[in-house]
Amino acid sequence: MSAETMLAFETDCHIFSGCGFEAPGLHSFVFEPLFTVGGFEFNKPMLLAFLSTIVVVWFFWAAFGKAKVVPGKLQMIAEAGYDFVRRGLVYDALGKKEGDKYVPFMVSLFFFVWLMNIWSIIPVAQFPVTSVIAFPLGLALVVYVLWLSLTFRKHGFVGGLKNITGYDKSLGWILPLIMVLELAQHLIIRPFTHAVRLFANMFAGHMLILMFTIASWYLLNGVGIIYAGASFVMTLVMTAFELFIQAVQAYVFVLLACNYVQGALAENH
Amino acid sequence: MNALVNMAVEVPENPLIPPIPELVIGLIAFFIVFGFLAKKLLPNINKVLDERRAAIEGGMEKAEAAQAEAQQVLEDYRAQLADARHEAARLRQEAQEQGATLIAEMRAEGQRQREEIIAAGHAQIEADRKQAAQSLRQDVGKLATDLAGKLVGESLEDHARQSRTIDRFLDELESKAAPDATKAEAGR
Repeated sequence: MSAETMLAFETDCHIFSGCGFEAPGLHSFVFEPLFTVGGFEFNKPMLLAFLSTIVVVWFFWAAFGKAKVVPGKLQMIAEAGYDFVRRGLVYDALGKKEGDKYVPFMVSLFFFVWLMNIWSIIPVAQFPVTSVIAFPLGLALVVYVLWLSLTFRKHGFVGGLKNITGYDKSLGWILPLIMVLELAQHLIIRPFTHAVRLFANMFAGHMLILMFTIASWYLLNGVGIIYAGASFVMTLVMTAFELFIQAVQAYVFVLLACNYVQGALAENH
Repeated sequence: MNALVNMAVEVPENPLIPPIPELVIGLIAFFIVFGFLAKKLLPNINKVLDERRAAIEGGMEKAEAAQAEAQQVLEDYRAQLADARHEAARLRQEAQEQGATLIAEMRAEGQRQREEIIAAGHAQIEADRKQAAQSLRQDVGKLATDLAGKLVGESLEDHARQSRTIDRFLDELESKAAPDATKAEAGR
């Protein structure tokens, strides 16, 4: 095993042994490629992303592949998840009639994001895929394109622009300012925050768990054992907390996607 | 040297700048999920959910129909019961009336028969009395004639005379008896 792929646990670095604490940092989110195909480097987050795909598809295939009118246990669970997104998110934001078209997209989005988050606390994987900005950004861009195309398809070019810029004559002289702000908000800031919200949460969560885990190991020497114990408890607490945050962030990501679609379909305000 | 330092060496990048390969892989991974769910699995489950709803609604419709039928039957039954009660009351009334008329008729009949019997008895008695009177009269006439014949010594074979004599005698007897009877009556 080369030194570059080594984990902190594989070193003998402890407190009081003349060894400095190696805090986790940005480098913790960069992985050596697992293998390289013709210059394309396939790394761990990519593998986990595909594993997410496989798990989600496998789960729904097993549950809905031969769906029955009288459901089995697995189908019941999957139906509950499906219904949660369908009713709790899509129908809520878009209504049943409009919303039905977007249900498959939102359901896929929710479970895919959730799975990518969950890897954070799965042993061996232990890395939230969404803490690499590329993954949430890609999904946010899909939502962005969907929102943009819906806006112009629904309202036409001028109407779409009015919708995006929040055009409202009654605002008077302040209107140009509002229009610039709204334009920037809708076209640039919103997709950015949409992606970064998910990314930053998962990034920070992973960082916290890493921090406490590495600290537990580092403090495991002499009197430091007490602090190591406290740090390990924090690791467990943060892991449980992450389990919650993963679901919440997936939920928020899809909730926002629904809201954006709703905004695209709504009349000018 | 430790491993983390080595790894850190190659990470100068801003974490907000997306690496393109990851972006592409992420999108591919997502669209595979979307493809499976949108094309096959969710239509599958939607069909089943619709079927389930139809089955449940069908069941409810059946239950409603059954309930309506039960209600109908109950109403019919009640109506029949009411009819039967009316009929029974009517029959009882009729029977009572019939019974009353029957009793009245029988009473009238009994009355009539009794009167008939009484009348027949009276007639019989009258006839018997007349016959007795007749036969008595004949016997007395004969007795008297015989007696008179013996006394007179003369044959009173002549019927005309005989009967005339007897009648005269009897008339006398009766006219005598009548004042006697009134006398006797007054004497008491």
